[in-house]
Order: sequence, then structure tokens, then C-alpha cells
Amino acid sequence: MPDNVPIAVAMSGGVDSSVVAGLLQRQGHSVVGLTMQLWNQRRLPALVPEGGATGRCCSLDDVYDARFVASLLNIPYYVVNFEDRFEQQVVKPFVEDYLAGRTPIPCTNCNNFIKFDQFFEMADSVGAEKIATGHYARLSFDAATGRYQMRTSVDSGKDQTYFLFGLTQPQLARTLFPLGGMIKPEVRVLAKELGLPVAEKNDSQEICFVPNGDYAAFMDAYFREQGLNPAATHGEIVDTAGKVLGQHAGTHHFTVGQRRGLGVAAAEPLYVIATEPETQRVRVGRGTDLMRDSLIARDVNWLSIAAPSEERTAQVKIRNKHAAAEATLVPTGDETRIAVRFAEPQRAITPGQAAVFYDGDLVLGGGWIE
Amino acid sequence: MAIALLKLGEPGTSPPLPYFDHNSTTPMHPDVVDAYATDLRDVFGNPSSTHRVGQRARQSLEAARRKIARALNVTAPEIVFTSGGTEANNLAILGLLRQHLKAGAKPHAVTLAIEHPSVLEPFRRLEQEGLAVRYVKPGESVAGALRDDTVLVSLMHANNETGALQPVGEIAELVKARRAQGQILYLHSDGVQAFGKIPVDLAELGVDLYSLSAHKIFGPKGIGALFVKKDTPLRGIQFGGRHERELRPGTENVPAAVAFGRVAELAIEDLPLTGVESLRYEFEKGLRTRLPDIQVNGAEGARLPNTSNVLFHGVSAEALVIALDMRHMAVSTGAACSSGSVEPSHVLLAMGLTRDEARSSIRVSFGRFTTWMEVEALREAVVECVTKLRRGREARLAG
Repeated sequence: MPDNVPIAVAMSGGVDSSVVAGLLQRQGHSVVGLTMQLWNQRRLPALVPEGGATGRCCSLDDVYDARFVASLLNIPYYVVNFEDRFEQQVVKPFVEDYLAGRTPIPCTNCNNFIKFDQFFEMADSVGAEKIATGHYARLSFDAATGRYQMRTSVDSGKDQTYFLFGLTQPQLARTLFPLGGMIKPEVRVLAKELGLPVAEKNDSQEICFVPNGDYAAFMDAYFREQGLNPAATHGEIVDTAGKVLGQHAGTHHFTVGQRRGLGVAAAEPLYVIATEPETQRVRVGRGTDLMRDSLIARDVNWLSIAAPSEERTAQVKIRNKHAAAEATLVPTGDETRIAVRFAEPQRAITPGQAAVFYDGDLVLGGGWIE
Repeated sequence: MAIALLKLGEPGTSPPLPYFDHNSTTPMHPDVVDAYATDLRDVFGNPSSTHRVGQRARQSLEAARRKIARALNVTAPEIVFTSGGTEANNLAILGLLRQHLKAGAKPHAVTLAIEHPSVLEPFRRLEQEGLAVRYVKPGESVAGALRDDTVLVSLMHANNETGALQPVGEIAELVKARRAQGQILYLHSDGVQAFGKIPVDLAELGVDLYSLSAHKIFGPKGIGALFVKKDTPLRGIQFGGRHERELRPGTENVPAAVAFGRVAELAIEDLPLTGVESLRYEFEKGLRTRLPDIQVNGAEGARLPNTSNVLFHGVSAEALVIALDMRHMAVSTGAACSSGSVEPSHVLLAMGLTRDEARSSIRVSFGRFTTWMEVEALREAVVECVTKLRRGREARLAG
């Protein structure tokens, strides 16, 4: 039975979070809409294509849409500015990771430090106990273990648990994911039913502050803004034996497993195997050189279960779009570090990406690939 | 000013929303609404027309100009109507300085780091055109910033965020002394926050240019004025008509000017606002008793009687403003940008506050009609919200 303690809904202006707000209201909850202003797109004008940017978060258009939805639902609505914190805790680590030869996932940091951290302060301010977001994941409480548990969403194509592995029990206790049990077409139908004008809006892309997924262009522009030389990380492209094959314009243009854009002629396809920031070298090799059968994950967060004390099997995802692979989790004696031994070698295990552990649809936990 | 009880709030709802953001804008005074509406309905002519319809509009316009001039103790021809405070500031700064930016010249100007953006941005624009500008920070000496090649000093009369009064009269004396020795030097003051809150006598103050806005003093939006002292070599920055002595071309907004004239008469009644000042005193005293670690920004100097800028350590001002709005109490964090979000206040940063402290400060600005009951309710709500937000933060840090 809904009470009148409000629920704070994180509204991006997109269809998912708009449906969350409308749905909770229809269920009888009192709802307050909040939009997080995370990044000022006008800061790096070189990145904005002619005719303006589309499909990116935090644009004035998105704020306009979120505000319009809130006015249609007749709910209190506020825009809150987290730009300072977003830059410190998401954008800077993203750039530093790239410079350190890793391929980062900014969305996880954003979830851990912004959306499920600072946002709670805004929830407190509107008197909300719970927050709700449009993430595709399911939450439940397991009375036997006293833990909140996370499961993959019913719509496997939209599942976002890979980015949510870092959430803690106190965070989960205050969070609702109303869309976790739905598939996207249902959400769009619901948006129409609720009379929301965003029903046809395109899905947002993965990394909101990087236009068109062009990380290298983003970093070049950001370096320039910060007074840094984007070409400072240029260097040699070498093969596995250390032979120099060519030159590159900066290690941050490369990520492990990348095939295109190497600018090196070879008899067989070449892939990036590693970027080495100390020597500013990009190491390339054949597809088989990318295969590895184990990894170490650090800063592990155990989500649905307590840290295992002995080996156990799991399915492990090493990228968002990776099909979870059978593996054994091997404790290291330190709860925040775990070794993962895959049953079959996996292609392009990339430092900086997350390794997220599943048992069927249950999210066990996850950590960062070393 | 006759005390009229203003019924604010969303249309059709009651009770009225207690409003503590008068430095942002004010509701229109009922008398002013009447003057505005009458003129809107009955006087549609173009004041520049020859016929009697136009002449009637001209009479309304000039009567309004006389009222404003009288309220400021200056002459009517010295009042130039603008679309508001922002345009008045742009006209004063660009209109005075551009003529000095001839090829090769690098004139100098002095202003404050805590000015409103409608003063700072015109100066930044002129810097690209060759002007040298000194932005004086709180605690630094304005007098010490004056040089022999300084042609304009722009000094706000009262700051919009803290209410801090600036030494306009004192600088006017220095300007006068330098001028007596042959220096070409003028003094502009942004008086948007001061007029109607403290007594303003421009003849005595000694400024050459003074910006005004109607909507900060219970008048309508879209109308303001620039006082241009006789013989000040100001040039227009827009072109296409001889209105307003060619300083502000465009058909005059007569009904709004009439409303401004009416509100200027009301604004100088009951000054100084000792009642409002005692409300503020009790508000701050009450807060300090309940929350001993608060800091009132700018309290060490002379302030407007209605403004209170309070720092609550460890609390997001944004969260506090929202929490208070959820309880139907309107306060602000300072400056609002177009998307409704906030940047840390440049005023508080210039005063030496850290970004975190600036982000933990709210501005409360009372009006002439604010009641003791409203202030008490606000104080209680602030104490409760701050306590709750701090408790929430501690719980999250512990979790």
C-alpha cells in the first residue's frame, strides 16, 4: 500500500526514467523528479557537430524534456548541478585511466559516486526514503541472508547490471528499479499509455559525455582545454617481439582488441594487445595473442552474496556486451581481490574494464580488471 | 508605503507561498498593477507621434520620468528608460567606454570582482577590444586601483548575493578630485539592489551613471532606467531612432514606464527599512542559537537591511533550497542559470570562500511585506532541514 513518503526519481529526459516517474505515480506514490546536470556540453565546442549534438545526456533539450514530463505529471521537479563532482570523480579518472593504458568504464564510477551517492542527498532534501531510476536491473531482499540481491533484467538486451556491480547494501536498500521486470517495447507502450511525449525518443548512448563514442576526440579536446598537449603520448607501434612497425599519435587512441585505425600494413589482421604508458608504445599482435584464460579483479564489491571463502563457479562478463563465460572464482585471501579462471580462453581481457560475476541471473559481485 | 497584504502563491491555491527571494524578483504591488493596467488599456499611443493619441502617451511617459527623477533627487531629462537593469548596465559601460577604444589607445577601467554578470560581461567584451580592466576583490582598495588613465569606475551600490554595501560615495569624492585635476574619469554604479531598500540621493551620491530596475522593487519586469548625469558623454549602443535622447532607440514601453514611476514613489516611502532589518536580525540570531556553526557571509560590513547570506557547513545549498521549496518556502542559492542549475557563486568565491563553502550557502532576501510569522516559520524550517540533511549525510558516510 503506497504511503505518501515521496520517491525521488532520477529523470534524464529519456523514455525510461520518464516511465518510472509516471508508473510510480500511477501506483499511487508521491513522486519528485530530479535531473542531474553532470556535464556542460558547451565546454568543448570543438566536439559539437554542425547542426548541434543529439542523443547526449545533460543537454538543454534533455532538461527541457524532463521538465516537460514533470509538468505533465504535475510533480515537483528540480535540476541539480553535480558538474564539479562529476568531473572530479568520473571524467578525470576516465582520462587518467586511458593515459595509464587502461580502458575505463565511466558509467560505473558515475553510478557509485554520483547517481547512487550524491543523489541521495537530494533525495533527503525532498524527504524521500527511496530513489528510483530507469536502470534495467532487478532488486529483491533475501531474508535468509539479510542481503539485498540484484538480478539481471528481464530484457537481456537492455540489462545494465554490468555497470551496477559497485552498489553497496545501504545503497540498494534505498533504491528501486521499476523497469527491471519489463522489456523495452513494454516500456514504450507504457510511455504512450501514460501520455508521455518521449515515447519515441531514441535510447541514449553508452557514455553520455563522449559525443558519438569518439573517446580519442573527447580526450584531445579535454587535454587542450586543460592546457595539455594531446600528442604528448605519441610513440611506437611494436609487435609481440618488440619490432617497431610504425608510429601512433597517442596511446589514448587505442584500446585492447582494437583492429581498425592502426595504420600498419601486415599479412594478417593485427590487433592491439596492450598499450604501455611507460614507454608510450602500443603493442600489436595476431588474434590468438589476445586470448587469456585468467584475470585478477581488484576493488571487488560483493553484491548479492558475502565474499566467498572458497572456490566457486560463476559466469563472468569482462565487457558489457560480452556473453558471460563459465569460470571459477578463486579467493586470494583478500576479500577485495579475486582470481578468475575461465573454462575457455577469453578474447581481449582489458585492464580497466570490469569483471562482473553472475550465478545465472543473480549478480554476485564484480571488480576491476588489473 | 501602505502595507498591503500580498496574496502570493500558485493560482487557485492557498495559503500563499512565503517568499524570501526578493533580490531575485518581487511580486507587483497592487497599486502598481492598477497603474500598469490602466495605462495598458487606455494609453496605447506612440509617444513620438504628433497627434493627440501620441501626445497622451508622451504625457504618461514624461510624468513617470519625473516621478523616478524625484525619487532619486535628480532632473527628469537625466533618466533614460531601458528594458531593465541588464540593459542599463550594458548601456553605461559600453556607451561610455567604446568611444575611448580608438586605434592604439588602451584605456583603463576599474570594477569589482563581485559585480553582477551584466557588469562583468560587458567589461570582458571590452577587454577583447583593448580595454584594461582591474577587477577589485573584497578586501582590496578601490581607491588604490585608480590610475591616471582610468576612464571609468563601475561600483555596485549593494551586492545582490550578500547585500554588502560598497563605498560609492567615498569613490565619488576621489573621482571628483581627479576630475578637478583634468582627468577624464566617470563613475557608474549598479543600483538595482539598493534603490528602494536604502535611501538613494543621486545628487548627493555624486555618480555619473546609475542603473535601476523596476521588478526588484515591486514593479513589473521589462523596464528599468539609467540615470545619466547632465553632460556625461554617453553614446547609444543601439541604433535606429531618436528616442530617449538617442541613447536608447525603440518605441518606449509606456505602460511599464508608468508602473515604474508609480513604484518609484512607493519605493522611497518608509526608508530606511528598520522593520525589515529587525526581522533579519531576529532570523540570524535565532539561527545562530539553534545552529551555532553557521556563518553569515558579508555580515562584517554594512549590508542591505533585507539580505542574509548564510553558510551551513556540510550541507548542499541546492539540497537545502529544494528541501525548503518542498515545504513551500522560496529561498535561493544565488545565481540561477538558464537550465535552472547553479554554479558556485563568483561573489562568494571572490570573498575567499572555498567552492564547497560557496555551494553550502543560501541567500534569503526579505521584502517590505515579509511578516514576523513568515520569518519564524522559515527559521524553524531551515533548522529542521539542515539538521535532517546533516543526519542523512552522516548516515551515508557511515554506511
